[in-house]
Amino acid sequence: MYEIKHAADLAESIRLLVVSAPMVAAKAKAGHFVVVRNGETGERIPLTIADYDREQGTITLVIQSVGKSSSEICELKAGDAFTDVLGPLGHATHIDRVGTVVCVAGGVGVAPVYPIARAFKEAGNKLISVIGARSKDLIFFQTEMEAVSDAVHYTTDDGSYGLHGFVTDAVRNIVDGGEKVSEVVAIGPLPMMRAVADLTRGYGIPTVVSLNALMVDGTGMCGGCRVTVGGETKFSCVDGPDFDGHQVDFAELLRRQNRFGEEEKMAYDRHRKEGHKCRIR
Amino acid sequence: MSDKVKMREQSPAERIRNFNEVPYGYDEREAVQEASRCLGCKKRPCAQGCPVEVDIPDFIARIKAEDFTGAAEVIKRKNSLPAICGRVCPQESQCEALCVLGRKGEPVAIGRLERFVADYEREHRSSDAAVVPAAGNKTKVAVVGSGPAGLTAAADLALMGYEVVLFEALHAPGGVLRYGIPEFRLPKAILDEEVGYIRSLGVDLQYNMLVGATLSIEELFADGYKAVFIGTGAGLPYFLGIPGENLNGVYSANEFLTRVNLMRAYRFPEYDTPVRIGRHVAVVGGGNVAMDAARTALRLGAERVSIVYRRAWEEMPAREEEKHHGREEGIDFKLLNNPVAILGDDKGWVEGMECVRMELGEPDESGRRRPVVIKGSEYVLDVDTVVVAVGQGPNPLLIQSTGGLETNRRGNITADPETMATSIPGVYAGGDIVTGAATVIAAMGAGKIAARNMDAYLKGV
Ligand SMILES: Cc1cc2nc3c(=O)[nH]c(=O)nc-3n(C[C@H](O)[C@H](O)[C@H](O)COP(=O)(O)OP(=O)(O)OC[C@H]3O[C@@H](n4cnc5c(N)ncnc54)[C@H](O)[C@@H]3O)c2cc1C
Ligand SMILES: Cc1cc2nc3c(=O)[nH]c(=O)nc-3n(C[C@H](O)[C@H](O)[C@H](O)COP(=O)(O)OP(=O)(O)OC[C@H]3O[C@@H](n4cnc5c(N)ncnc54)[C@H](O)[C@@H]3O)c2cc1C
Ligand code: SF4
Ligand code: SF4
Ligand code: FES
Repeated sequence: MYEIKHAADLAESIRLLVVSAPMVAAKAKAGHFVVVRNGETGERIPLTIADYDREQGTITLVIQSVGKSSSEICELKAGDAFTDVLGPLGHATHIDRVGTVVCVAGGVGVAPVYPIARAFKEAGNKLISVIGARSKDLIFFQTEMEAVSDAVHYTTDDGSYGLHGFVTDAVRNIVDGGEKVSEVVAIGPLPMMRAVADLTRGYGIPTVVSLNALMVDGTGMCGGCRVTVGGETKFSCVDGPDFDGHQVDFAELLRRQNRFGEEEKMAYDRHRKEGHKCRIR
Repeated sequence: MSDKVKMREQSPAERIRNFNEVPYGYDEREAVQEASRCLGCKKRPCAQGCPVEVDIPDFIARIKAEDFTGAAEVIKRKNSLPAICGRVCPQESQCEALCVLGRKGEPVAIGRLERFVADYEREHRSSDAAVVPAAGNKTKVAVVGSGPAGLTAAADLALMGYEVVLFEALHAPGGVLRYGIPEFRLPKAILDEEVGYIRSLGVDLQYNMLVGATLSIEELFADGYKAVFIGTGAGLPYFLGIPGENLNGVYSANEFLTRVNLMRAYRFPEYDTPVRIGRHVAVVGGGNVAMDAARTALRLGAERVSIVYRRAWEEMPAREEEKHHGREEGIDFKLLNNPVAILGDDKGWVEGMECVRMELGEPDESGRRRPVVIKGSEYVLDVDTVVVAVGQGPNPLLIQSTGGLETNRRGNITADPETMATSIPGVYAGGDIVTGAATVIAAMGAGKIAARNMDAYLKGV
């Protein structure tokens, strides 16, 4: 069992879990992810490693509740445990000294962006971060991100904090303001990653996105996570999850993301109806 | 000469509505009757056909004498997974192919008898293990992958007294026996029992251990393991490379079967993993994998399931029994047909599959007549789900992370067929990762040979 050492709410329906998984922590690098299973009837859920502590043997996960499995995971407390944690999976993000790097995070994407931003900073890059959320109270990891960034730009959809607009507006301002950006890393909802990639394509700035395709095993065995990149089929779990944002077929991926939409909705509705009953422990 | 004793099974109409096992197995009387057909040949031709060297005439003689526990002991000396082999071995091309009775009539039903003995032993098991491991020698050995190859190597090494740790990437043991072969052909409770037996021999099974990511072969040696067996299987699904393969509604057989078997999507929403099955399902391929996918789709409620295969019936590599079962269950066999494109609607869901008809031309290198396209025979098959079951290759993850491990052109690990030794001293490999997708029993045979040679290597012979 993989015990949860610490749990906290970061924002509405966003939860942080520090999980004991010494062998994963020992190997984890920025960009890696794990597959977890919560309970014997649980699904295998991919989650990015948002941080790790090799000495304590723990990894940090940040989860947004979007459906049945993620909301059940968000209900876990310190002392509970995951049935399974497999990892570290995928290729670590390629970190190099390239000059100026802009890390763009949308919503819960701040969690996976954080270790990448830190690694780029440690490699000697100038690091500018852009954090976008629907509104102010959904922003988290602010202290962490500011500690590893030379500058942080905030955007909110409702204008309650930072720039009133989307992360793309902030990126455009940075580039148009004369910053010579060598690389952009964008992680967040698919439409956001697509918008950032479309923008930076125009500027000719290399852009890495981290794809969250639906997965089962996470080891290259099922092919369920396939995406088209540069006209070729790739398995995001083993070939990625990082890919060249300018080459990804986002339209296809968005469609594939919805393959089980009806079933997911059914499970979630059922969970919400029955959820309270089973939470009386 | 009498015919072989029939095995009772669920009727097709009944079984396509459930995931319960299809055949019921022999009862004691039927088993004794079938065993009585065996001539107890001195030369033991049948035994030559068994890769794990089961002493076939001996266990059958025990059944004849109604000593079923004794029969189990005889089998378990050589085979740690008899209830599984009795169910999924392609006996017709293994042991039963060499039975002398087969020359004039039907061979002895060795597989069914093995299944009977294993089931009997499981149901009547006393607390004592049938076979006792040798006294421990405290040498640590590692086995990677808990498919039939890994399980067999681990069991044999444990029986020799080694301290065996078995590392498995998934959260449950068995490899294809778990995620590929469906419940109605191999109940998971039986797999659990046989794996439980292997653990009772002292094998320490560790899950969520992706060797090549969580830990490396090099680290295993650094941690004090003296030898390693790699049995990681052929887990990488191949696709057809035709347009439309990434449409919603197209699965690899691995994804489809993993969702249903490992993750139990057939019990969704009690289990969280979903699977979506359409009205009309096309399964592309003609092996055991295709047959399992098709019969699973039927049980999940598809109205029509078609197998689309580019060669003829005789050439379908699936086990005879399963082809026969599939036909009884009403699978529509579109033989000498080949898909050329999968068609999608404006939302990205499958709405048809364009196929061509084939005819048999000249024999190819394999001696089978090569299927060639009939010009102008294109047509669209009305389907909303496609399962691609055209084979699997070696997963490159472990290989890429292990320096010095030689592979062949297709990416399979190169191992000496006599010893299963790889290019790295102390590292052995066997099963699908070496041969490419083959059979349960071939994988087990490789695990057995490897265990024997690892022992010799460790003793410095
Ligand atoms: C490599 C990788 C890393 C990820 N890291 C994180 C992370 O750090 N934190 C986090 O909160 N989430 C992360 N995700 C997404 C997370 O796995 C999904 O949100 C989760 O599986 C949803 O399960 P559910 O049953 O709660 O929702 P479902 O009921 O399955 O789905 C609800 C909604 O979420 C969408 N969804 C389902 N699965 C995914 C998915 N894999 N990716 C994106 N959307 C999905 C569905 O399309 C649907 O709209 C990651 C995904 C991948 C592939
Ligand atoms: C659907 C289907 C039906 C079949 N039906 C039959 C049949 O009826 N009769 C028959 O004889 N054969 C059948 N076969 C073929 C047979 O199952 C295989 O040949 C056999 O399972 C191969 O055994 P293996 O031990 O080499 O590998 P596998 O059974 O593939 O097991 C490999 C194991 O290694 C694990 N693994 C992989 N990589 C790593 C890693 N890096 N670290 C740790 N663990 C890892 C995998 O998760 C898996 O558990 C079928 C195959 C399929 C797919
Ligand atoms: S293990 Fe397979 S090949 Fe060997 S005797 Fe049993 S059924 Fe025959
Ligand atoms: S060859 Fe057939 S008849 Fe002879 S011992 Fe073997 S099973 Fe019996
Ligand atoms: S999740 Fe199965 S291959 Fe990527």
